[in-house]
Amino acid sequence: MTVTTTASGGLAEDLGTFHARAKEWVAANLEPLDGADPYLGHATDDADHVLRAKAIQRKLFDAGFAGLCYPVEYGGRGLPAEYQDAFIDVSYGYELPRLFNTPTFTIILPTILDFGTEEQKKRYIPAALKGEELWVQFLSEPTGGSDLAGALTRADRRGDVFVLNGSKIWSTYAWKSDYALCVARTDWDVPKHKGLSVLIVKVHEPGITITQIKHVDGTDDFCQEFFDDVVVPADQVLGQVDDGWNVASRLLLHEREAMSGSSPYAMAPRTAAHENDQVRAAALAQDAGGETDARVRQLIGEARVLTRVHTALVGRIATSIRTGRLPAAAGSIPRLSNGMMRVRLASIALEIAGDRAVAWNDNDPTGDLGVAYLGRQGPCIGGGTTEITRNIISERVLGMPREPAEDRDRPFRDVRTNAAAPRPRS
Amino acid sequence: MDLDLTSDQQLLRDTTRKFLQATVPLTAVRALAENGAGFDRGWWQRGAELGWTSLLVDERRGGGSISGQGLRDLALVAEEMGAMVSPGPLIATNVVAQTLSREAEELASRVLPGLLSGESIAAWCVAEPGRDITPDGMTLQARRDGAEFVLDGVKRPVDAGGQADWLLVTATGSEGLSQFLVPSSAPGLRITRLRGLDLVRQHAEIRFDGVRVPASAVVGVLGGAAPSFEAQLQTVLVLQCAEIVGATDRVFDFTVQYAFDRSSFGRALASYQALKHRFADMKLWLESAQAITVDATRAAQDGDPEAGEVARIAKAYVAERCPELIQDCIQMHGGIGVTWDHDLHLYLRRVVADRQTYGDPMHQRDCVAILAGGRP
Repeated sequence: MTVTTTASGGLAEDLGTFHARAKEWVAANLEPLDGADPYLGHATDDADHVLRAKAIQRKLFDAGFAGLCYPVEYGGRGLPAEYQDAFIDVSYGYELPRLFNTPTFTIILPTILDFGTEEQKKRYIPAALKGEELWVQFLSEPTGGSDLAGALTRADRRGDVFVLNGSKIWSTYAWKSDYALCVARTDWDVPKHKGLSVLIVKVHEPGITITQIKHVDGTDDFCQEFFDDVVVPADQVLGQVDDGWNVASRLLLHEREAMSGSSPYAMAPRTAAHENDQVRAAALAQDAGGETDARVRQLIGEARVLTRVHTALVGRIATSIRTGRLPAAAGSIPRLSNGMMRVRLASIALEIAGDRAVAWNDNDPTGDLGVAYLGRQGPCIGGGTTEITRNIISERVLGMPREPAEDRDRPFRDVRTNAAAPRPRS
Repeated sequence: MDLDLTSDQQLLRDTTRKFLQATVPLTAVRALAENGAGFDRGWWQRGAELGWTSLLVDERRGGGSISGQGLRDLALVAEEMGAMVSPGPLIATNVVAQTLSREAEELASRVLPGLLSGESIAAWCVAEPGRDITPDGMTLQARRDGAEFVLDGVKRPVDAGGQADWLLVTATGSEGLSQFLVPSSAPGLRITRLRGLDLVRQHAEIRFDGVRVPASAVVGVLGGAAPSFEAQLQTVLVLQCAEIVGATDRVFDFTVQYAFDRSSFGRALASYQALKHRFADMKLWLESAQAITVDATRAAQDGDPEAGEVARIAKAYVAERCPELIQDCIQMHGGIGVTWDHDLHLYLRRVVADRQTYGDPMHQRDCVAILAGGRP
């Protein structure tokens, strides 16, 4: 089945017809989750996860349901966000290739759209929409924390190529991915924000070593990468050389949109309603009392209040940014909300679960709640800590004075960093 | 607050704002408090001319909305009144007018014209000492006696109960949940004005000792008042949230300004990270409160199936967070913030009054959990 879009990009199909057709297609072609984890689907192991995601994404592409909001010339459908919303609506509860959702579709491709050369856009966007290439971000560094612009990973120009050395960290599923956007320093003699470039890097290349990091909950999705003289062709710079902070800032903006649920490219629901599942599980798993206990009802009520308010906030901030009521930096407001909400929900679930969060029978969901509590601060750390977020809101939304910084207006090589060894002078 | 206003709605908001600024600036509110009057009836009638009393009343009954969505219009007025901690029985009168317009033929034609013009005032008698604001929480008894009904019980606190000419009384009895419209002059009523936190919003205790009313005083269906009760409650909760958000928005605004203007140790307060982070949190809470209030207003306006839940979610969040936000603003002001002369306490009084009445956040959370399937 294919959708015809008129040459001018006009819509060949109204929303209602699209919704009905998508619903029918989804029911006939996708597998219901039937209780499976929405992210992993029916994958049997890590390798299978990638294969399944790529196969399902290809199926979506062939049926005309991939990249609904991406331009037609790059393999998308060129449709307004309402069509993506309609597809999310009909596909909820079915196995989707969520592996592609973030960062590939919601962060990487939008940044390539913003800064890519015509060649880069034609090369990379359709391939991802077809499910052929999965992306990862190489942003954070072990030495940098939330200070992304303080990158120490270096890309040195050698004729037609850049040579990459250094290390990146907190990249999710790097070993499953095919390509990465990597922020690296290309000029050490200018202030920190002026000497960065963003490179398109092939993940499985000679010189790149990937190690998995074991998370407090036992999973090992996060990775660290080490670059030893990795060769990157010079035409694989995204945007201008030394203008990488501009590119990275846009990338971070797309990341905030993705995390706050306002990205038009997301394939999953933008609300936080499902966050209540763990709270509900805790309530149901209680030996006695449960929802008949007035104390438990207070906690369930609070959880529902927090998630519903967050959903309302996401919509309000997205509208406010679109209409100019608030600056784009206001995307940090839902990011802060998301972090604070998830922290509280994890605590609520623990509280309801009681001692069964620390000692449990097989198949008792309360054990997961105890483990989840251990990693509770994750949503307040990943994607820039909530402290950085509060700086952004107070400075760029409320207009308050910026924090003093010792690294502005001086060559980056003279800036104090966490580098273990002295940096070579080029 | 609502980001999607028609030009007519903007006009209503601006007209209301200008009228309030001209007639009841905070100095006037303080003066009203000292007089003990609460509000001036002539002033209320001028407000009625702006549309304050007609937005929830059907056009064929002399009312009419601005946008075709009366509750959304009225929420704008409530927000402006919150921003000025304005006097006036806005919530009390409108919630009664809404039900009379929808439910009562004969009573409506007799009573609504006075409410619409502002000549008379109404109050909803619902809260009872130590009882929840739910149909099951009602204990005031309505007993049939021939062609009449006899009302016995206590309502407290009744918003505008000491000023109202008409009382909409929610009662229980062998017939089930019923509502009656009773003139405040009815024999057997004992109305005691209570001392109150808000300087101009007054509450009363109303005792019904064998108050006899004719069958024509029944509003809507005898024994079938539960849907009206729910609609009234949704309207009240939405308007309370709008009022709280209006007040909090104003306080946040002038507190941010204060942080820019005030210096300490040679720097503006706004330059301290410890304070900047608190302002960032406050901005998050304020935007969240505004967002959920708009969602709740629209859901109640549209008769959305989730309207009951969203209204309670909104009250639970807004009434919990906003008083805390204002307390934080007081903290930002330092010592001046806890003085009588500073206006901060006027706003805090209003939002706390809204917080505690018609069901506090703890009650709302319980309702939300029960609506989600929890059992009481």
